[in-house]
Amino acid sequence: MDTVKNHFFSDMGIMLGRSMRHILRSMDTIITVTITPIAMMLLFVYVLGGAIQTGTDNYVNYLLPGILLIAIASGIAYTSYRLFIDMQSGIFERFHSMPIARSAPLWGHVLTSLVSNAISVLVIILVALLMGFRSSAGVLSWLAVAGILALFTLALTWVAAIAGLSATSVDGAGAFAYPIIFLPFISSAFVPTETMPPVVRAFAENQPVTAIVDAIRALLSGQPVGNDIWIALAWCVGIMLVAYIFAMRVYKKRA
Amino acid sequence: MQKQAIQVKELQKSYKNLPVLKGVDFEVERGSIFALLGSNGAGKTTIIKILTTLLKQDGGTAAVNGFDVASKPDDVRKSISLTGQFAAVDEILTGRENLIMIARLRHLENPGQVADELLKRFGLTDAADRRVSTYSGGMRRRLDIAMSLVGKPQIIFLDEPTTGLDPEARLEVWKTVKELANNGTTVFLTTQYLDEAEQLADRIAILHEGKIIANGTLADLKKLFPPAKVEYVEKQPTLEDIFLAIIGKKEKK
Repeated sequence: MDTVKNHFFSDMGIMLGRSMRHILRSMDTIITVTITPIAMMLLFVYVLGGAIQTGTDNYVNYLLPGILLIAIASGIAYTSYRLFIDMQSGIFERFHSMPIARSAPLWGHVLTSLVSNAISVLVIILVALLMGFRSSAGVLSWLAVAGILALFTLALTWVAAIAGLSATSVDGAGAFAYPIIFLPFISSAFVPTETMPPVVRAFAENQPVTAIVDAIRALLSGQPVGNDIWIALAWCVGIMLVAYIFAMRVYKKRA
Repeated sequence: MQKQAIQVKELQKSYKNLPVLKGVDFEVERGSIFALLGSNGAGKTTIIKILTTLLKQDGGTAAVNGFDVASKPDDVRKSISLTGQFAAVDEILTGRENLIMIARLRHLENPGQVADELLKRFGLTDAADRRVSTYSGGMRRRLDIAMSLVGKPQIIFLDEPTTGLDPEARLEVWKTVKELANNGTTVFLTTQYLDEAEQLADRIAILHEGKIIANGTLADLKKLFPPAKVEYVEKQPTLEDIFLAIIGKKEKK
């Protein structure tokens, strides 16, 4: 028998195609999620970088992990925005009254977030290569980096889903992303934490971004990663699970 | 096959402590147009949401196309389509892309062909490759209804289909609804306009304070009133008559 569940993945694919079109037709999205992080990278490397002492001679190498996280954090703000618009416009009601799996529209947005952030991360890495970024990492290390970034994206996407599904205004849907975009600045992403005053340093060293940045930096430079990778993974998986449970609860209730 | 497309018995629903539906009963015959009439906040949309499986009732039963909405939602969803109160179209996609998306979600054989046929039928062929955000209110509503017809569902729910439309667009929607019923589709619509129910519906039910207070054909409902008195009144054209007459003249030139 032709059941709804048989078509879950093809339905999700159709939803993915739909929101990827939204992204490609919105200059605003493309500028925010790729061009802004690239501009920031240029600014830090060619304007501020000369004065920043990181203990490495290649500041692009030092900077790249933090820039990637900022790009992802601004990318998920749009996931939240798109979810909010779908809730408002009534198109979710249309989907939910059709014979497709109830969660397919939501998973479509989650998949879109993964794919679009992967594209912006790739573009930023290519620009970094032009700017002198070099890595001695092997295939396994690159796979590990991809895995951490994908988990980070998923974790933030589910946070974004809570915001998008429960917001009452467009501004509210995107506002949650600002503190997340700001987190890399109070971490080891741009300068070593040793230079910060004690209180700030304590915060910087114990928040998720520092662990994630340090793990990616170590993987890309072929250094031993130590505990950082496990702390990074624990943060990502922990945030993801909690946010997923809450997002699903809101989705069942409101959509 | 059952004769009734929709059967509703003792339907109850409350939001928090506020009862909205206090035991609603009605039936809709297959192939007919049924209008649910009521003022704003009477609970019309709540009934539509329950019948289209978007909302669960607190009490009573509802069956659509013979399937219970609570226990067989997937079968209900295969039999129906919903055109909600606000045009549920994707603004960023083109009209054609919207129709193709729905056709693919309904797993039809030739999504492109289905889309082109509907675009033609609803006079949207010229606008097919334009983004919906550039459409007028009437075009948007037409696309919205066209999206609901993809896959030829047996029962169509229209929640206030003409609210916010100009008189011309309203007449277009009425024409579409009549055509649907002529082709055997069951149409369930809600409206707050008395003339809309009068124009379209085979049966009219009036929802007031959570209950159906009247249900029947227009002739039945007219019998509820005292017999008509003959009075001589000068027939003045309504503003709508004037508006449509002027517009019609302009188009003929």
